[in-house]
Amino acid sequence: MAAARPQPRFPELDTQPFWDATKRRELMYQTCDGCHAVIFYPRRHCPECGGRDTAWHVSRGEGTVYTFSVIMQSRHPAFADLGAYAVAYVDLDEGFRLMSNIVGVADPVQDVKCGMRVRLRWEDQGADAVALPMFEPA
Amino acid sequence: MAQRRDAAIVGIHEYPLRVDGSVSALQIKAECAARSLEDAGLSWQDVDAVYDTGGDQGISGLAIAEYFGLKPRLIDTTYVGGSSFEFHANHALSMIAAGKCNVALLTYGATAHSDRRAIGTAGATSAGPATFVNNMEDPWGLTLIGNYAMVKNRHMHQYGTTNEQFAHISVATRRHAMRNPEAVKAMTDLQFVGVREITVSDVLESRLIAYPLHLLECCMVSDGGGAVVIASPEVARNARKKPVWIIGTGEATKYRENGGDITVSAGARAAKPAFGEAGVTPAEIDVLMAYDSFSITVMCLIEDLGFCAKGEGGAYVSEGHLGFDDPRKPALNTDGGGLSSNHPGQRGIFLLIEAARQLRGESTSQVNDAKLAVAVGNGGQLGSRHATAVTILAAD
Ligand SMILES: [Zn+2]
Repeated sequence: MAAARPQPRFPELDTQPFWDATKRRELMYQTCDGCHAVIFYPRRHCPECGGRDTAWHVSRGEGTVYTFSVIMQSRHPAFADLGAYAVAYVDLDEGFRLMSNIVGVADPVQDVKCGMRVRLRWEDQGADAVALPMFEPA
Repeated sequence: MAQRRDAAIVGIHEYPLRVDGSVSALQIKAECAARSLEDAGLSWQDVDAVYDTGGDQGISGLAIAEYFGLKPRLIDTTYVGGSSFEFHANHALSMIAAGKCNVALLTYGATAHSDRRAIGTAGATSAGPATFVNNMEDPWGLTLIGNYAMVKNRHMHQYGTTNEQFAHISVATRRHAMRNPEAVKAMTDLQFVGVREITVSDVLESRLIAYPLHLLECCMVSDGGGAVVIASPEVARNARKKPVWIIGTGEATKYRENGGDITVSAGARAAKPAFGEAGVTPAEIDVLMAYDSFSITVMCLIEDLGFCAKGEGGAYVSEGHLGFDDPRKPALNTDGGGLSSNHPGQRGIFLLIEAARQLRGESTSQVNDAKLAVAVGNGGQLGSRHATAVTILAAD
């Protein structure tokens, strides 16, 4: 059996609310109350204006592949024997860009395209563990 | 406006071997320091400023001056990956011009090959404390090569750039490498398959490491190091070799942004102040030493520094511009680059060294009557967070 994927580690106060929400299968992002910027990666402050008042929202989990690579060679024990897999930046419709995997395709080189529509698919890692937000063709 | 003549590269040395199990990174640094001072006609204790990434063999910037045996009155440990050395050169110019030091020493040493470091394919490590960045990026299995491959893929999607066009970067720099005996020895010692000039087909037929990047679009992992001595005009006038003047500098950083354009590097913001300060245009540059961690890095830097319009780099590199003997300027990476000569992990110092060789007339692929060179370093990872610095250099 392959080694476990690298996991988010805690305490890490900026992204902890994001990862806690994945246990409820909620993909969350923030906006700034002051300047209305979409904030991502998660942070306590707004990187646009420095403001400290932010609001959390649940994404609908629909978006577009901005770009991707298909990893053919990884020496990391969790990924070395996976075969080719796609890592992508996904632009969610709410305006934030997330790094993730594109799954549910037979051949990632042929089947994943920049600009293709995708939807959220949770990768369950066990009852008490965080779930990983992945994406499949919509 | 007269070009500034406030500081010059007066000494250079590139460690000749790329596979050497008999020396440590620090020993490489000390040897290169001594040889670069010899090249300048200066002595060890003339050094009054030390620039260091503070990470070679894990030693701090504080301890490196102790190791050397120097008592500098200025130390700068800016560390932004492979472009650190262009940042160092730029800062040295400012500090020498301000009268804070006279002789600045920049060194680099690494034994990445002998340590068997899988820099490009290792993936995330769980070293150090958790941060917002590694918590959001580590779970997906992205490798360093995959990070750059994402930029190449978007460039191809957005501008229609082809694999064939990208391959010309590897072809041109391999040709330069074959004229450089140290690069030939490097490729031989690193057991490259075919130490010879390569074709576009060779690049496209080499295996995909991270789609759409092929093996021959990726830099080598070598041992190596180097040193650069930068000095005031008073010191430069008495140096053994002709000074190579630093005439314009610029730096910038770039991050993953919601809705941002990943194909535009920090070079776009770093270039303008550098060319403005130097009072020259990209069209006047004879030699471009552009950080070639991967083909896509060069493509972005060529466009973002203004050698062609954004998105037109594919056509530009396939029109034969890049050779040292082509009348169209500038020539690209005349030492063979990180792709085919030297890349122990942080290549920035070699960009300064080869640019200085060109402006002294000492390159193995000498550009006829070279007067102006650009060294542009790109460090970090192009597709997520990186730092770019531009150093414009002029012959005496
Ligand atoms: Zn704000």
